[in-house]
Amino acid sequence: MSTIAADVTDHAHDDHGPAKGLKRWLFATNHKDIGTMYLIFSFAMFLVGGLMALVIRSELAIPGLQFVHPEFFNSMTTMHALIMVFGAVMPAFVGLANWMIPMMVGAPDMALPRMNNWSFWILPVAFGILLSTLLMPGGAPASGWTMYPPLVLQTGDAFPFLIFSVHLMGISSIMGAINIIVTIMNMRAPGMSLLRMPIFVWTWLITAYLLIAVMPVLAGAVTMLLTDQFFGTSFFLAAGGGDPVMFQHIFWFFGHPEVYIMILPAFGVVSEILPTFSRKPLFGRDSMIYAASCIAFLSFIVWAHHMFTVGMPLSGQLFFMFATMLIAIPTGVKVFNWVATMWKGAMTFETPMLFALAFVFLFTIGGFSGLMLAITPADIQYHDSYFVVAHFHYVLVPGSIFAIMAGVYYWLPKWTGHMYNEAVGKLHFWLSTIFVNLTFFPMHFLGLAGMPRRIPDYATQFADFNFIASIGAFGFGLSQLIFIWVLVTAKKGVPATDAVWDDPEGLEWTLPSPAPYHTFETPPEVPLLKHEQAHA
Amino acid sequence: MLRKLVLALTGIMLAGAAHADWGLNMPRGVTELSQETYELHMLIFWVCVAIGVAVFGVMIYSIFAHRQSKGVKAEQFSHSTAAEIIWTAVPVFILLALAVPTARTLVRLEDSRDPDITIVATGYQWKWHYQYQDEDLEFYSSLSRPSLEARRLNSGIDPFSVDNFLLDVDNPVVVPVNKKVRLLLTANDVIHAWWVPDLAIKKDAIPGIINETWFKAEQTGTFRGQCAELCGKDHGYMPIVVEVVDEDAYQAWVDTRKEDAPRLAAR
Repeated sequence: MSTIAADVTDHAHDDHGPAKGLKRWLFATNHKDIGTMYLIFSFAMFLVGGLMALVIRSELAIPGLQFVHPEFFNSMTTMHALIMVFGAVMPAFVGLANWMIPMMVGAPDMALPRMNNWSFWILPVAFGILLSTLLMPGGAPASGWTMYPPLVLQTGDAFPFLIFSVHLMGISSIMGAINIIVTIMNMRAPGMSLLRMPIFVWTWLITAYLLIAVMPVLAGAVTMLLTDQFFGTSFFLAAGGGDPVMFQHIFWFFGHPEVYIMILPAFGVVSEILPTFSRKPLFGRDSMIYAASCIAFLSFIVWAHHMFTVGMPLSGQLFFMFATMLIAIPTGVKVFNWVATMWKGAMTFETPMLFALAFVFLFTIGGFSGLMLAITPADIQYHDSYFVVAHFHYVLVPGSIFAIMAGVYYWLPKWTGHMYNEAVGKLHFWLSTIFVNLTFFPMHFLGLAGMPRRIPDYATQFADFNFIASIGAFGFGLSQLIFIWVLVTAKKGVPATDAVWDDPEGLEWTLPSPAPYHTFETPPEVPLLKHEQAHA
Repeated sequence: MLRKLVLALTGIMLAGAAHADWGLNMPRGVTELSQETYELHMLIFWVCVAIGVAVFGVMIYSIFAHRQSKGVKAEQFSHSTAAEIIWTAVPVFILLALAVPTARTLVRLEDSRDPDITIVATGYQWKWHYQYQDEDLEFYSSLSRPSLEARRLNSGIDPFSVDNFLLDVDNPVVVPVNKKVRLLLTANDVIHAWWVPDLAIKKDAIPGIINETWFKAEQTGTFRGQCAELCGKDHGYMPIVVEVVDEDAYQAWVDTRKEDAPRLAAR
């Protein structure tokens, strides 16, 4: 271990350090720099999308319209979703992948560093375009992030910009995914067979294949919207012989795997963190990998469960219902394995562990409402109500986003070389957890009681829970200011050791903290994994 | 602004006391299928609660018992084939048990044969149009005047002072009790969705497509719902009101409607 560290430290002082000034970032090819840019960008988008959420929650705090017109409200829900999905969650995971995958598989960098640069720098352009639509005649897109025709075709001047920005996001994601696959497949250190890869690397490998499979589908769907609007085609226009429902099928063929694109890497992060702080190997490592693969496969055959009210044939509804219920099985395996990982461990509760534990609890609640949504007759009632809003925010906020935060706290000392402030981290965790539940739990009740989603104003019987949700939203938003403080002061803490935590597993912990600019220029030797040691 | 907020907050608190019926759960509804849907919803809910109690119980126990501060030493086991087979197989059986009643209800939901009356509902931005196929009767149904005035941005009207704020229409749909009503749904511009929770019906109204659904209300009363598919700026302002009345009242309503029709058309 120490020889590796000594080896790498040498390289930190050679001629290939970072370029100076803006050039370092603009022409970045170093996976760590690009990872940092991805993470900062995604956090900026998280704040922008969060501000939009606060506009939504302000308007919904009490009945009656107080702040915005309905059209602008619809723009806010649409932009909030697009920004959070494509600007915050996905790039954050790509950022973690950039930073960690080369260090985890013992590679010197990503396989395609220049493409890496390009796939990042497309994103600010894409979101610059998307955000600029707020100033355009006709306003920003207001048809929901699902962009269903014919409604989306009523978008004003923003329409082609929306399509173009979605294309750019897709290109960025596809290039990121190619890079990750090529890196994992070709640049693993000798001795790191596929099944010996860290779980985070595994889940990202699966995610990358999902991205390559479905991002082009989304690109195709929005291109058809574009030609319907400008070139006289009628893919989705009934008047010309087209079918508006076909868009929904194509969109959700992208959309459902997309859901797993946003959660599988989260599974990976949590599967790294729980064993470290339980001081125990991950339980059922292989079955975790198989379960993630199963979930990925099933994600391709369940898309129409988003469409149980469009008027599908009975046989179609039954098929999609049964296929959807099947997802509960591998997802259950993952949750049970996490619990078994904790079982009879020796747990400590540093901030990353707290976020990971909250992930297991709260993602499971989102999983339960997901199972309820699979029951078609009930789904017909839940569909497009606040119950669905509660469901997907549970899997995305205390699901994906908590996992991202867990990952940031977990690896931050490795990135900066200093420990973050543990007390402040814990404060951030507790406030986030309390407020996230205050925001989203009441939404279950609202939906069951009959409140549709995407409405700017509501009947008075929904007032109480909406008010509670709005308080929660502001609390959650303000709690993130603590996170900013943690990040800004990240380099002020005590120096971190190389291992940072108590004997964590993985090559990244054999490197010095902070990790030098160039690492593993000669491939490391892959040590026995902990579960292998236990059996050796 | 602050004064209004205080007013509204007081309103909310009063409403919390006054509206004892503010819902936590899905309504049981007034059709056989709405009851069945409710039962399924509660069944799956309790299944989730049971699994949740088990899983979270183990987790919470583990969090308190297996912590380093208690001086425990971590065991190093990393798999158990038996345990993994059990927690893969048990969910399979739970799901099978759920699938059977669910499929049965779903089959019945789709069976809209032999209706007593048929109504074509067409979604427009932002109102509904209803046509009674057997009665040569048609009308538009839009948000009622008091809600319309109160819904404007900073209207100065307290929503709590409006009866059925945002859930009232000028012309409700009237149907006879205990009759099978088939609803044919379509739209004229963008996609809408017709949702009345008490009837357990939600179906998209899509331009160029005619969707079919049905209900048979077993109680008289007024049942309210809303458009459930985002359809543009006034998506939140196209409610649905269904009045279920007895057979005689229905006939009387049909007759008055028909008498009024020429007058209404001339207006």
